[in-house]
Amino acid sequence: MTTKTAELSMAIFLLLASIALMFKSAELNIGWIPGRGPGAGMWPFYLALGMALTCLATIFRWYRRTTPQSRNEDPFLSPETFPIVAITTVALIGLLVGIHIIGIYFSLALFIVFYVGYVGRHSWGLTAALAIGTPVFIFCLFEWALTTTLPKGLEMFEPLYYPIYDLIY
Amino acid sequence: MFQEILVHLGEGLLEAFQPLNMMMIFFGCLAGLFVGALPGLGSVNGVAILLPVTFLVPPTSAIIFLAALYYGAMYGGAISSITLGIPGASTAVATVFDGRPMAQKGLADQALMAAAIASFLGGTVSIVLFTLFAPPLAKFALAFGPPEEFSLMILAFATFVGLGGDDIPKTIFSILIGLLLATIGLDIISGRPRLIFFDIPGFLHGINFLVLAIGIYGIGEMLWTLETTQGKVQVENVKITWKRFVSNLKQVKEYIGGATLGSFLGFFVGTLPAAGATPASLMSYGLTKTFSKDPDSFGKGKPAGVAAPEAANNSASTGSMLPMITLGIPGSPTTAVLLGGMIIWGLRPGPLLFAEHPEFVWGLVGSMYIANFVTVVLNLALIPVFVKVLATPFTVLAPIIFTLCVVGGFAPTQDMHDVWLMLLFGVFGYLLRKLDYPVAPAVLAIVLGPLAESSLRQTLIAGQGSAAVFLERPIALTCFFFALMLVLYPVYQAFTRKGKKKAEAAEA
Amino acid sequence: MKNSFKKIITGVSALALCTTAAVTAAQAWEPKKPVELIIMAGKGGGADQMARLWQGIIQQNKLSPRPFIPVNKPGGSGGEALQYLKSKAGDNHVVMVTLNSYYTTPIMQPELNVDISTFTPIARMALDTFLLWVRPDEGIKTLDEYVEKVKAAGKDWKVGGTGSGQEDSILTAMMEAEFGYDVTYIPFPGGGTVAKNLIGGHIDSTVNNPSEQSEFYRAGQSMPIVQFNDERSPAYPDTPTAKELGHDIVYYMQRSINGPADMDPEAAEWYRDLFKKVFDSAEWQKFCNEDGIDCSTWLDAAGLEEFHKNGLARHKNLIEQVGAKAITGE
Repeated sequence: MTTKTAELSMAIFLLLASIALMFKSAELNIGWIPGRGPGAGMWPFYLALGMALTCLATIFRWYRRTTPQSRNEDPFLSPETFPIVAITTVALIGLLVGIHIIGIYFSLALFIVFYVGYVGRHSWGLTAALAIGTPVFIFCLFEWALTTTLPKGLEMFEPLYYPIYDLIY
Repeated sequence: MFQEILVHLGEGLLEAFQPLNMMMIFFGCLAGLFVGALPGLGSVNGVAILLPVTFLVPPTSAIIFLAALYYGAMYGGAISSITLGIPGASTAVATVFDGRPMAQKGLADQALMAAAIASFLGGTVSIVLFTLFAPPLAKFALAFGPPEEFSLMILAFATFVGLGGDDIPKTIFSILIGLLLATIGLDIISGRPRLIFFDIPGFLHGINFLVLAIGIYGIGEMLWTLETTQGKVQVENVKITWKRFVSNLKQVKEYIGGATLGSFLGFFVGTLPAAGATPASLMSYGLTKTFSKDPDSFGKGKPAGVAAPEAANNSASTGSMLPMITLGIPGSPTTAVLLGGMIIWGLRPGPLLFAEHPEFVWGLVGSMYIANFVTVVLNLALIPVFVKVLATPFTVLAPIIFTLCVVGGFAPTQDMHDVWLMLLFGVFGYLLRKLDYPVAPAVLAIVLGPLAESSLRQTLIAGQGSAAVFLERPIALTCFFFALMLVLYPVYQAFTRKGKKKAEAAEA
Repeated sequence: MKNSFKKIITGVSALALCTTAAVTAAQAWEPKKPVELIIMAGKGGGADQMARLWQGIIQQNKLSPRPFIPVNKPGGSGGEALQYLKSKAGDNHVVMVTLNSYYTTPIMQPELNVDISTFTPIARMALDTFLLWVRPDEGIKTLDEYVEKVKAAGKDWKVGGTGSGQEDSILTAMMEAEFGYDVTYIPFPGGGTVAKNLIGGHIDSTVNNPSEQSEFYRAGQSMPIVQFNDERSPAYPDTPTAKELGHDIVYYMQRSINGPADMDPEAAEWYRDLFKKVFDSAEWQKFCNEDGIDCSTWLDAAGLEEFHKNGLARHKNLIEQVGAKAITGE
């Protein structure tokens, strides 16, 4: 995809999203309630309308080739940079899915092993130190010093932490 | 009266100098720095989380600890804004605009120093104003009703007219989507949930500013940097020498003007209930930029662009304690929690607190003088440590930043929904940024939008649907007038410049 | 000041010593991980203050082997908190601090599909009271004068509150129905802001909890006209109740602790014991006295269940009577 098509696709996507938001706002009262002023949906409705209009303006400017992007025939995501961005995004999605299943501490360790060791090609010593050190630090800071819990994943993993609780509380 | 204040202040300083209280100040500032620098924690959560700890000490020491923490956190926000490009709290958004570009140019130490000195200035100005004028200012704050709040928000919006990019439809789109995201959640006026997409319960608490800010500045910025640097070290290691330190110090005259303006502005905006430090820092940035000789150099790494908002947010944090102590009304979310703390300790903030518990109030004021000093020393001393962060290889730094983002997105609401949303905003923000959509206006709009909407609707309800109320309010009219001036000033500037150029061309 | 603080500490720690000995002997169930203390309101409000005070009392007196962690879920007038508690059925490590939105939110937002009678009642900690406040410069001394003035002003009379569907808006609607007037109700975010707007002259009257007004009252900047309790609260002995004046308006705010559905009975019992100790602590009773909150009666599971049943029925009735429209204004 070239930058030129990317700009048009994004503007069309945002236009459709704005129209959807207008419908969503219209589920509430978008009119003026006599004696009280605007209804709950009025503000978001007109904001969405404004968004739709700015998207139309962008599409028009694209057609007239006013924006620099609309004249740019280079690929939107260049082959050299796309892999690292894609790998990072996928790794992040993996991290979040992992948090739901095996909890934040184990997911973080895996994420760091992947990112520092595999993507970054750093030494195994550094990778291991970070993979163990980061979750331990986060645990000590949040669960111990600040007594805020972070997600532990599925219920079956919870008992793993009981001995640590015995130790710190 | 003046003498009386001096006597009280002396007693307050003596109270603050007690060993226990000194210790509280030191640890409060240090904890604040830390909490403020971690994106997602910030002063509100820091104070709320550490509140129970303070039951173990007498109330005066407790408030001193929490106030020092609040104080330290204001600066801590600047550290992550500058070194990582992620604002730790809404008050530090404006610091990113110039702080981040400076760090990328290898001038992080200069930016950090500008932030430290401006914060010190802001802190000092606000404490002196607090000491001298607390009671009359409290009266002024009471005169601020919904119409005045709305006019103040308009003024705040007017100050960042110039913050967008060159593409006007895209800038407007960014502001509008920020305002729209802010409307998600509960509408307090009608008491009904609004824009709950697909009936997901996570939308009921609305979209926290942090989710958008960490998403865009944390994850989006990291993706952007990954693309541009290909995972290499982004900044050469900066050697911090004594000579460089001194030369940085000499830069002060460049930004002292903006910082002074920010200090006064921050204090006054901070004292108004509901406003707080965020609008103050934005207004300070916007004004300094508009009235600078070279407005175009802002946003590309100008120390004055770091100093102005930092002076204002520190000053406003002291300012927002004023309505809390004199009226029992929180001027910011953090002071709301502090207020809860005071009530738990058996102290009743309100109009009588000054008269009935002078040792408490003046002990707090005394401690602020000392905390201000402690923070600036701590910060200047720690600059070399913070700068080291930038020299870390990116494939090591990035996962650590992502960790902080995920934890920071989760902690305030304890909801994974917000973390997913953050990732979505991050990826989307990155794509939009590649297409030249400015993202800063959206982040600012999500902070100011709810205040603007609710104050406007409160005004209209009070006027039974008529906006004529605004005409009867001198303070509101004044704010509107200044807002109009601010919008027109850049236009006027552009015209005179064109005129000058034409004149020059004619002469030649 | 400092002395009294020390006294409380010694008093409570003595109490704590006696009770911890008893606890270890009798109890089978104990929390194994930190307990989430859900607050169905935002940070800094009345419910939040109480929850954090309880957390402090529990921590300071070492009443629990695991900490209590306050989590604010204010979204959708507590709708989010209710749905969260619903999703936690069978979990022994979650309890929720509730207000009257515990009753009103499921009625006003039927789409939430929450039935509070399935939740596990643990204990009622307090009943917060409501008073009608005006500024002294308005020249109103009695309820009759107030009604007369409001009737003359009609829609120009501005009443401040914490939001449509909140407790004070229901009470305002009840007053409108009883006295036959129609006022303009302006919602603000939080009781503190309402108080400020009253003192600053931006609104004409409000029904507030005493904790939000007591300091202004002591400073002579606001005054109560009438209270809506069954009997006069000891903190306000000179203010008549609406009942005394022949108007049947009685309204309280409940502050209770509830667990999710299907909580283990032993766990519920453990929390009940714990909160009984918190209830009896000197700190809590002192807080109640100063704030004009009614902490004289403790309700346990059975009592609270009955209380919730009545509360829910009563709110259904009230909302039907005054009409949901009168509350939301739409």
